[in-house]
Amino acid sequence: MNIAMFVHSAVTQGIPLLYGSTGEIITEKSGNLNLGIPGVMYVGAISGVIGAFFYENSLADKSRINSALAILIPLLCCLLGSLIMGLIYSFLTTTLRANQNVTGLALTTFGVGIGNFFGGSLIKLVKADITSVALSGTSYCFKRTLPIATKFGKVGEIFFSYSFLAYAAILIAIVAAIFLRKTRPGLNLRAVGENPATADAAGISVAKNKYLATCVGSMIAGLGGLYYVMDYADGVWSNDAFGDRGWLAIALVIFTLWRPDFSIFGSILFGGLYLVHFYLNEFIPMDLGTQSLIQMAPYVVTILVLIVTSMRKKRENQPPASLGLPYFREDR
Amino acid sequence: MNLTGEKLKREPLIHISKRGALPFWKSWLIRLGAIAASLLVCAIITYTLTKINPLSVFAALVQGAVGTTRKIWTLLQGVAMLLCVALAVTPAFKMRFWNIGAEGQVLMGGFAAAACMILFGDKLQPTVLLLVVILSSIVAGAIWAVIPAIFKAFWNTNETLFTLMMNYIVMQIIAFFSHVWANPKGSGQINTINERTEAGWLPVIGNYPYLLNILIVAVLTVAVYIYLTHSKHGYEIAVVGESENTAKYIGINVRKVIIRTMLLSGALCGVAGLLLVAGTDHTIKSDTAGGRGFTAIMVSWLAKFNPLVMILTSLLLIFMQQGAGEISSGLGLNKSFSDILSGVIIFFIIGSEFFIQYQIKFRKHKEVEAK
Repeated sequence: MNIAMFVHSAVTQGIPLLYGSTGEIITEKSGNLNLGIPGVMYVGAISGVIGAFFYENSLADKSRINSALAILIPLLCCLLGSLIMGLIYSFLTTTLRANQNVTGLALTTFGVGIGNFFGGSLIKLVKADITSVALSGTSYCFKRTLPIATKFGKVGEIFFSYSFLAYAAILIAIVAAIFLRKTRPGLNLRAVGENPATADAAGISVAKNKYLATCVGSMIAGLGGLYYVMDYADGVWSNDAFGDRGWLAIALVIFTLWRPDFSIFGSILFGGLYLVHFYLNEFIPMDLGTQSLIQMAPYVVTILVLIVTSMRKKRENQPPASLGLPYFREDR
Repeated sequence: MNLTGEKLKREPLIHISKRGALPFWKSWLIRLGAIAASLLVCAIITYTLTKINPLSVFAALVQGAVGTTRKIWTLLQGVAMLLCVALAVTPAFKMRFWNIGAEGQVLMGGFAAAACMILFGDKLQPTVLLLVVILSSIVAGAIWAVIPAIFKAFWNTNETLFTLMMNYIVMQIIAFFSHVWANPKGSGQINTINERTEAGWLPVIGNYPYLLNILIVAVLTVAVYIYLTHSKHGYEIAVVGESENTAKYIGINVRKVIIRTMLLSGALCGVAGLLLVAGTDHTIKSDTAGGRGFTAIMVSWLAKFNPLVMILTSLLLIFMQQGAGEISSGLGLNKSFSDILSGVIIFFIIGSEFFIQYQIKFRKHKEVEAK
């Protein structure tokens, strides 16, 4: 094990978190605290898996897979699946003014249920004669890296050895950061999240901004699920394997103080913390119990950030002021 | 004339306004309608996925949930445990304190019970041990809940995210101690604790292992109902929840109420952990709480924080869970099927609240014609 390998695995571990947190930051900036992100990421992943599964099964010869289709079909399915989840959440919280926490938690139950149900029953449902959902062909297309990765040794391994979805995650985070801080629509969105009544008075459509932010945020988060299953897990779906990464993505939002650009480093750091016990084990042998104590680190760090920011009360580091609250024009 | 015409043209098609108080029966009619609609959607989903005749879906559901005496007992135990956690989160929610860390507080209570059973199992008198187990789990749950409450009260730290993170910390603590106290050694998990001596186990009434849990939760339900509706504390909780400023003006110490209520909430979660570990499971795992901490929030919300109605909402969810679980396992499908159905039902019920609180007025046709 060397440092280049550690960085590489920290990044691959961090990318799903980066997608999730970027999506959630955009959503939260509109004042919607979407606790359904873990469910959305499950649905994003399973939609991609279902799309890829039907495509691979429709091929007579699996070695002649068309790489453009193999990427496009799961990608579109994933975006569609997570969009539907975003729409359910927006409809219930924005149009029907339901409580955000309850809706979010229900969305997570629903989404994780969908993921595990279809992941565990897909074969049975379509009566295919295979034993497990393993989409090696699709995964191969998703995992293709730049040819220069192997030419530069360790530098290549640290910077160039990832698939296109990993670079897309970083690009999306940077674009989101610029959008939120430097553009007019970004300012409008932040206004909606800070004080919807003021935004409304200034002529900004609160409902439209909330819908757009939540749906776009969900689609970005869903890609994290897709990256996890197609790249990290080599196209093999196993139930509950995605684990608590969705919640970790929400933790990351707080940790990075609602800034997608910080989130790039934050997610790699969290990815590293998630894995660091494997590496520490090489230098200081430790039992599995101690390793699980070290896995506590991301959560403890997040709580510390939460406490410190609330004590310092620096205005730019606070959560959006109306986070979690519904908006109804006639309410005062 | 022209001006009014202009105005009328701009009147939107629908107009939403807040309703006054809706008669009791009318609001429940709307809720029942939502449940009926959600069951219909559930039947359609079940039919498209499994091709079971839609009518027999419901028969299969009932059969799966309450088909045998054994199933009825499991159902009642499931309802009792979910209800217990829901009771625990309710006082905090009524105060608008979004405690989504009930999962962790239950685990902490269960963990404390298990720890006492393991450490003092052969050192203390059985009755003393039982008391220690009960006390420690209640205290542990309360402590785990009061930490975020203190930060909320003094520094307004976001409690939703704080309590959420606390869940995962306790899961890792349990993972750590599962290795330390592994039984058998090296297995990385704790099997039945004190299997031979049954030290620290809650007593069993007759031959019914679940009866004690169910009775305790029944008593708690009534107690929490009285506490919330007929005590000064309950009143203070309601005022803080409705408007913190009003509470300050009438001389309620908001910080004190927040901390006191979360202590109570955590203590009740501790009881749930106690019942799960010392009452039925006799072991601790990081999934002992089984997501109840999250489901309980929905139970409490759907019942509008009324402990007596919560009996019905938790029954509905557990009934669907068990019924759908039986359908899917009978067909060799994944048991998460029940989560999908629970999700659909909850979506419908929380959506229906809108139609109870608000009314939709359509643009009157007459005026349109008058233009």
